[in-house]
Amino acid sequence: MEHFISLLVRSVFVDNMVFAFFLGMCSYLAVSKSVKTAIGLGIAVVFVQVITLPVNYLLQTKVLGNGALVEGVDLTFLAFILFIAVIAGIVQLVEMIVERFAPALYNQLGIFLPLIAVNCAIMGGSLFMQQRIGLPADNSQAITCFADSVAFAIGSGLGWMVAIVLFAAIREKMEYCNIPKPLRGLGIAFITVGLMAMAFMCFSGIKM
Amino acid sequence: MGLFSKKNKEAFNTPLFKENPVTVQVLGICSALAVTSKLEPAIVMGLSVTIIVAMANVIISLIRKTIPMRIRIIVQLVVVAALVTLVSEVLKAFAYDVSVQLSVYIGLIITNCILMGRLEAFAMQNGPWASFLDGIGNGLGYAMILIIVAFFRELFGSGTLFNYPVVEKLGLYDCGYLNNGLMLMTPAAFILIACIVWYQRAKDKSLQE
Repeated sequence: MEHFISLLVRSVFVDNMVFAFFLGMCSYLAVSKSVKTAIGLGIAVVFVQVITLPVNYLLQTKVLGNGALVEGVDLTFLAFILFIAVIAGIVQLVEMIVERFAPALYNQLGIFLPLIAVNCAIMGGSLFMQQRIGLPADNSQAITCFADSVAFAIGSGLGWMVAIVLFAAIREKMEYCNIPKPLRGLGIAFITVGLMAMAFMCFSGIKM
Repeated sequence: MGLFSKKNKEAFNTPLFKENPVTVQVLGICSALAVTSKLEPAIVMGLSVTIIVAMANVIISLIRKTIPMRIRIIVQLVVVAALVTLVSEVLKAFAYDVSVQLSVYIGLIITNCILMGRLEAFAMQNGPWASFLDGIGNGLGYAMILIIVAFFRELFGSGTLFNYPVVEKLGLYDCGYLNNGLMLMTPAAFILIACIVWYQRAKDKSLQE
């Protein structure tokens, strides 16, 4: 339980997907012009991350890992194709289920769901999970059981959401600022993310 | 239409500067920042992406008339994932150290927006040769930004270039010069990219927002 919480908090603040690993930057920069849409995309990312990452964890440990399916056969080289297929498939499935049973939520998330299939934060989450399975159990980043992968999924999704909502709020205020012409838009956005990443670096001292 | 007609040259030239994938189209930022703390991985990453974009562009443009519109994204993803797997295995076999440094970011080429962006915007409408040039152009445009950022980060962050201790040989440490550790951290990458965007937009007013 202790490891579960520490993994969750760590992946929100210390190993933040955006500020520590630069993941999901494309949609991060494109869909952060207003707080409302940022929250929508953030929720969608958490949602998809929490479903795909544990599924990929099971896939990795039960099928792909060394000797997991057939004794002495290591299928790890298939990981890229299978992970992306799982992600694309689940995104499609989630889209259909949400459309059928929660039309209100679908109208909010609608445009963002297909985008998420190619969001690197999702694929990156699965690839980091694959890397962390091999870590020794006393490492605070290790993923040793199914519950750990769920914690990492929730944490990394939430961390991404926190980052995009904060950034959108700053960008909304920046609309009214007098910024030098060449820096407007993309330039100042990058500088803002840089400063936010510096702020988030303060969390890296926390020992858990 | 000749092999190097005006249109084909444009497909190759524009992504290098005017339509640079990173600084103008805002695609593929994730990996552009993550692998740039040293020059060597940055160059390997740039080359891998160039090869993969060019090959994926050619394959998709060859089969573009047979792909059903509804499932084209999945078809594109599978083609790209297969190519990335190949490149990743080759790197593991022939450049193991670099592949360890690149870690998950090689796998993340699959979700690199440059790939999906070029496949959707160019390869689905154009022939194989033009798509190949477009892929090479975009890949090199991307590699160029990576190399610029990595040059500054490695020089100021660890005082080396290609692991050769430049600053030490110049004797700057004796004069009290210190490496700037922040250059190796994430914020410096963001701010360096911002500077490149700033410079490019100050030069070319048509890009300003």
